[in-house]
Amino acid sequence: MIPELGHFALILAFCLALAQAGFALTGAHWNRVAWMNVARPAAAGQFVFVALSFGCLAWAFLHNDFTVAYVAQNSNSALPAPYKVAAVWGAHEGSLLLWVLVQAIWTIAVCALSRSLPHRFAARVIGVLGLVSAGFMLFALATSNAFERLVPAAVEGRDLNPILQDPALAIHPPVLYTGYVGFSVAFAFAIAAMLEGHLDSAWARWTRPWTTGAWCFLTVGIALGSWWAYYELGWGGWWFWDAVENASFMPWLAGTALIHSLAVTEKRGLFKSWTLLLAITAFSLSLLGTFLVRSGVLISVHAFASDPARGKYILLFLGTTIGIALLLYAWRAPRLKSEAGFMPVSRETFLLANNVLLIVAMALILLGTLYPLFLDYFGLVKQSVGPPYFEFVFLIPMIPLVLLLGAGMHAAWKRADASELLRFVRVPLVLALIAAVAVPWLVYGRNTVLTAVGVLAAVWVMASAWLAPISRWRQKRRLDAVPRAVMGMSLAHFGLGVFILGVTIAKSFSVEQDIPLQRAQSAHAGAYEFVFQGVEPRKGPNYEATRGTIEVRHGEDMVTILHPEKRTYLVQRNPMTESDIDASLSRDLYVALGEDVGNNAWSVRVQYKPLVRLIWLGALLMACGGLVAVSDRRYRRATVVAPEAARSLAQEA
Amino acid sequence: MTPRRQRMLAVGVILAGVAIAVAFALKAFRENLMMFYAPTQVASGEAPVGHPFRLGGLVTIGSVQRVPGELDVSFVLTDLKHDIKVAYSGILPDLFREGQGIIAHGTLGTDGVFHADEVLAKHDESYTPPEVEGALKAAREDPSPPK
Repeated sequence: MIPELGHFALILAFCLALAQAGFALTGAHWNRVAWMNVARPAAAGQFVFVALSFGCLAWAFLHNDFTVAYVAQNSNSALPAPYKVAAVWGAHEGSLLLWVLVQAIWTIAVCALSRSLPHRFAARVIGVLGLVSAGFMLFALATSNAFERLVPAAVEGRDLNPILQDPALAIHPPVLYTGYVGFSVAFAFAIAAMLEGHLDSAWARWTRPWTTGAWCFLTVGIALGSWWAYYELGWGGWWFWDAVENASFMPWLAGTALIHSLAVTEKRGLFKSWTLLLAITAFSLSLLGTFLVRSGVLISVHAFASDPARGKYILLFLGTTIGIALLLYAWRAPRLKSEAGFMPVSRETFLLANNVLLIVAMALILLGTLYPLFLDYFGLVKQSVGPPYFEFVFLIPMIPLVLLLGAGMHAAWKRADASELLRFVRVPLVLALIAAVAVPWLVYGRNTVLTAVGVLAAVWVMASAWLAPISRWRQKRRLDAVPRAVMGMSLAHFGLGVFILGVTIAKSFSVEQDIPLQRAQSAHAGAYEFVFQGVEPRKGPNYEATRGTIEVRHGEDMVTILHPEKRTYLVQRNPMTESDIDASLSRDLYVALGEDVGNNAWSVRVQYKPLVRLIWLGALLMACGGLVAVSDRRYRRATVVAPEAARSLAQEA
Repeated sequence: MTPRRQRMLAVGVILAGVAIAVAFALKAFRENLMMFYAPTQVASGEAPVGHPFRLGGLVTIGSVQRVPGELDVSFVLTDLKHDIKVAYSGILPDLFREGQGIIAHGTLGTDGVFHADEVLAKHDESYTPPEVEGALKAAREDPSPPK
């Protein structure tokens, strides 16, 4: 009964989403207030029924209702309760329901916080969000019913894929989806602006916090996925340029460009059409990512058992969305003229460079990701593009991007003085140059050109990021003299520097060794000695494991004892490598157990990874910076700021 | 220099930079395109010797041999028509097992042995990589006699 209720609730939610879109958009078009007023209650209703539907599926999981096919395929009565909840989004049907739920949450958030916006504009935004929701719910209802019954019912479930039974991966999809779906809000704002045929800096000010918020979630979501891959999947790698990873990274790059372009649109009323195009691009790439991940064209842990109808539906949805958005863009964007100009050396130029470089990076990744799929689709050769391509081409735009960033964030709007700018950033510049030459050599005993460039970029950005808050604080000697927007920007850029430092040092100085070890034999990585002390059997709640013991020594000192495992889950019988890591800010010691290679020896992978934690810490700092910026006072100002006030605000920030 | 010439110079520098970047990117793209071959294609001499590519097939049952106490392992990959011996030194993925469809990355030696530097198996025991499936299908439909 409960599963049918869930299915029925989803149908109702779909109808409400259609009502939300229909009344809001037509009401806004003919200026009927009563129709527009339907939008918010309809959105609220949609949320209630989507939540009910989601709750029903969660209930089925928690109560081991194996009469539901989806539950039988992805759960088991021995599965620990938190993972039963996470199993709701452990495969295609449920993750689609999660997507719809997240969409509904964003929608009601927009409904609640858009009361100060012009009525027609808000109605259009909510209407577009309703259309997007309806599209996804139709997808769920037509091709991916999570509530389908299994006849005859299963006695026991097939269990959740063991590699998904992990805390980081349990929360990775919701966080990532919150980011993906969040870009639909920026998209809706863009469509609404084009429908109005009018875009000003107030529009950019409304759009910015939503975009930045979505971007923060996407950042954390990607970082979680990377962290999980590091300890669970990748034998110590944290990014593989796998098509699925790229699918999440491309919207991130476009979203990052959008955040920066929005800044120009808000402060100077420039880049209007470009900003719209980026908003469309960011959301389209989110949809493309879903298509790549869900259609089964890719081979990966994310590509759940796939059904060609699903791929076709998403492709159709993607095509329709992008098609309509671009048509509207072609029709309306030429009307949006920017009056102001700017000089070659100015904040605008730097941000333009930022946008161009980010989009180039995105396009190069898109090329490498889609090209093999195209070849394959047209039945030509089977090819794939290796990670070295991505690693190399990503650096081409990123090195100039980061080098420009350190100076660009301090350039004045409209017209900056190059020599004054150079004087302002001289301390970080000198610091970075010294660090680039000296630090790798002093700390790790060697240096290469690429390492030096990495350290230079990292220190340059990290140090330069704090110049603005420091100089503002010096003027007034009060911490609240630094606006949250500036604080957030500094923190996010500092995070980027931390990230770059982590990547550079971990890439340059990691030591990795695969070695067969008998009891009491040892392996070396960096200055550490790993002594193998044999294996023993162990029993977990729903798995059996072989547990190794490895002592780690540094000279005479015992550092830690690590216990990597090889697990066999009882239902799916897949062996699983469970690595063990001694983590600290300065280095990770990573041990994974291979297999019994005979002669009483086990193959073991030991790794020493300096500063690898900074990679995820940097990403978290970026997201924190974004959140701080979102909390800036001016986004909460209810009234629409007059142009004069906006201009003075622009000079102040 | 007049402002006009300054602008022209700036545009020229930017264009040159973009051109160089594109050239590098395309070069990297070409170099990193990885072909996929099935054992039948390798047997017919389609696959390059000494240049890396990806080889896929099923691991022949009973073909996995290890040097006891070492990481060296060898096995036979088949598309049920032709076989290729693969040599690998390292830790095999969790889901590597006999009868399973896998993909190996490496180079073909002059001795006819494929020297893998990476072996990939996917996260689901009932899963066969699409490339391998395609190769098996092609081998089944191939009218020429096996071996």
